[in-house]
Amino acid sequence: MVHVPLLLQLVNTCAAGLLLLSFAMLSQRRVVTLVYLLATQGALLCLATLLLAWRTHQHHLYISAALTLGLKVMFLPWLLHRLIRRLDVYWDTEPLLNTSVTMLLGLVIVVFAFGLAQPIAALSSTAARSTIGIAIAVILLAFMMMITRRKAMSQVIGFLSMENGLFFGAMSATYGMPMVVELGVALDVLVAMLVLGVFFFQIREQFDSLDLHHLESLKEKP
Amino acid sequence: MEFLLLLGTPVAGALLLGVFGARRWAPELNALFSLVTFAAACALTVRIVAHGNVLVAHEQFFIDPFNVFLVTLTAFVGFTTALFSRPYMRVEMTHGRLSPGRLRLYHAMYQLFTFTMLLALTTNNIGLLWVAMEGATLSTVLLVTLYRTPASLEAGWKYFILCGVGIAQALFGTILIYFAAEKVVGGEGVTALLWTHLDAVKTLLEPRVMSIAFVFLLVGYGTKVGLAPLHNWLPDAHAEGPTPISAVLSGLLLNVALYAVVRCKVLVEGSLGSQLPSTMLMGFGLVSVVLAALFLWRQRDIKRLFAYSSVEHMGIITFAFGMGGPVANFAALLHMTVHSLTKSAIFFTVGHAAQKAGSQLMDQIRGLITLSPTIGWGLMLGSLAIVGMPPFGVFAAEFLILTTAMKQQPWATPILLLALGVAFAAVFGRVQPMVFGETTAKRLPHPPALLPVFVHLAIVLMLGLFVPPYLAGWYRQAAIMIGGH
Repeated sequence: MVHVPLLLQLVNTCAAGLLLLSFAMLSQRRVVTLVYLLATQGALLCLATLLLAWRTHQHHLYISAALTLGLKVMFLPWLLHRLIRRLDVYWDTEPLLNTSVTMLLGLVIVVFAFGLAQPIAALSSTAARSTIGIAIAVILLAFMMMITRRKAMSQVIGFLSMENGLFFGAMSATYGMPMVVELGVALDVLVAMLVLGVFFFQIREQFDSLDLHHLESLKEKP
Repeated sequence: MEFLLLLGTPVAGALLLGVFGARRWAPELNALFSLVTFAAACALTVRIVAHGNVLVAHEQFFIDPFNVFLVTLTAFVGFTTALFSRPYMRVEMTHGRLSPGRLRLYHAMYQLFTFTMLLALTTNNIGLLWVAMEGATLSTVLLVTLYRTPASLEAGWKYFILCGVGIAQALFGTILIYFAAEKVVGGEGVTALLWTHLDAVKTLLEPRVMSIAFVFLLVGYGTKVGLAPLHNWLPDAHAEGPTPISAVLSGLLLNVALYAVVRCKVLVEGSLGSQLPSTMLMGFGLVSVVLAALFLWRQRDIKRLFAYSSVEHMGIITFAFGMGGPVANFAALLHMTVHSLTKSAIFFTVGHAAQKAGSQLMDQIRGLITLSPTIGWGLMLGSLAIVGMPPFGVFAAEFLILTTAMKQQPWATPILLLALGVAFAAVFGRVQPMVFGETTAKRLPHPPALLPVFVHLAIVLMLGLFVPPYLAGWYRQAAIMIGGH
């Protein structure tokens, strides 16, 4: 039995939690709950970052954790919640695939993700290298969520969950990116969400709904 | 100094036009800022030609022959598009399609978009390159939806989501490169994202990680280049946004995204020492050329027609970069230049033609040459240039690419030739009745600015007949730097 220090066990628990939350999001149809799940995922990400920062004495990880806390746990969920209330979109319609098929596909994706992560993890020397597979799985699961959902709001939440996966991947493989890049990425996500806010109101004004089947007329006609 | 001016001018422009963008003189101010940016780009070019590569601000920015030529091209087309958009946007205002608030948004975002492209081109940090590419998407999303029609909202949403997801893949690729580099470059990790440092140690980077990274990067940035089958956003965004934006998206943004792909390819190829990246680029390129040529036949909207033509040309350029080697790279760089100039010139004439006909549907645009010979001839000459008729520059570039393909990848030559032929017939068959035929056009309330069209076409013609030695030398240096087989 390999001895794993307590702190790292905690990081691994956080990682497992992230994956579990990804599955929960995949099956959840209540949009408000999706936002809570996203916020929880952000909180776990923040906790994992803090634990790693504590263990490895990488000071920039503290800033990264603070950024996650401010942006992904507090500001973005608040913004999304406000948008949901203002736009009155509480439920997503039936997804393109039914829940059990989605779940099974999700399992296949996780296996694939761990396969993909193997060569990367083998080279990594960071303390949290065993969680790279989870990060890739979170990214791919979020990707699948974006593909199978119909409501604009759920797709956006999928997008943000993908961003969480990317951050977690960067952290477990390399202890995060350099500060300039991390700040830039955070800025882009923030601006993206603000642009989206404006955008949702435009869609609403025009179609009186946020259902994306209104947005399917621009196709190549046979 | 020139460098500060180059990046600072568009930012100042965005701030100022964010406040005054709806004034009567705002279009002129927009053009003025673009002119200053262009002047700074020229000054920078002169310096690079005289003194060689430059590193600025703790190596965070890097200018070499490859990107300085794209910087100049971007600033030039940015300036001429600003000139074109002056009367164009005034006509749109008169037609009641825009409110002053949206005009302000348009002007501010136009400058911001220029800034993000210049930042993407000049940065040495591949992380910042990612940030700038995402910024370029974000600054144009609200421009695509500027008219707030249902179709434009749909196009904007597609653009946002597809490019957003694509660019997220590219971020993962960037993280993987950083991961591979950190082992080799070491240090505080700050230098492990700098392209110049990565280029110096590229043979030491772990090949397996780099090949996974390249797949993610190619899919990510490839979405923005509009490579098939990731091109879905492109025709919609081009057709539904205002025409000046179609011109800069097609003429500039696609180039910048391809630039990002090529920068990454140089690193990955150095690390792998195999054909994998080249083969992937050639594959994506060929699929794009063929698919776009087929889709060209189905188009009814004139801007969608030329958007698909952009997919086709980007496919050819990607294929050429995939073949690699000094000649193919030279041809690809030349093609990037002439495609960018020709396509933006075409969009300028298309914009006014659609305004005159009151529709973007090709069946309703007729007899341009009778009422307005300049628009008619502009569209005719532009189309002849883009389908690759001699003596225009596109012909020279395509000829070089085809002859190189015959030597290096003979199997691909018939496919390319066939696709080019199909595209020729599709575009020409559509344009001919629009230019000639019975007129339906009406008079515009503001006289169109068509000088940029003929300036662009004149440069393209010149590049077809004769590439000035300094320009050729410059392309050659860049082509050698990109390398390949």
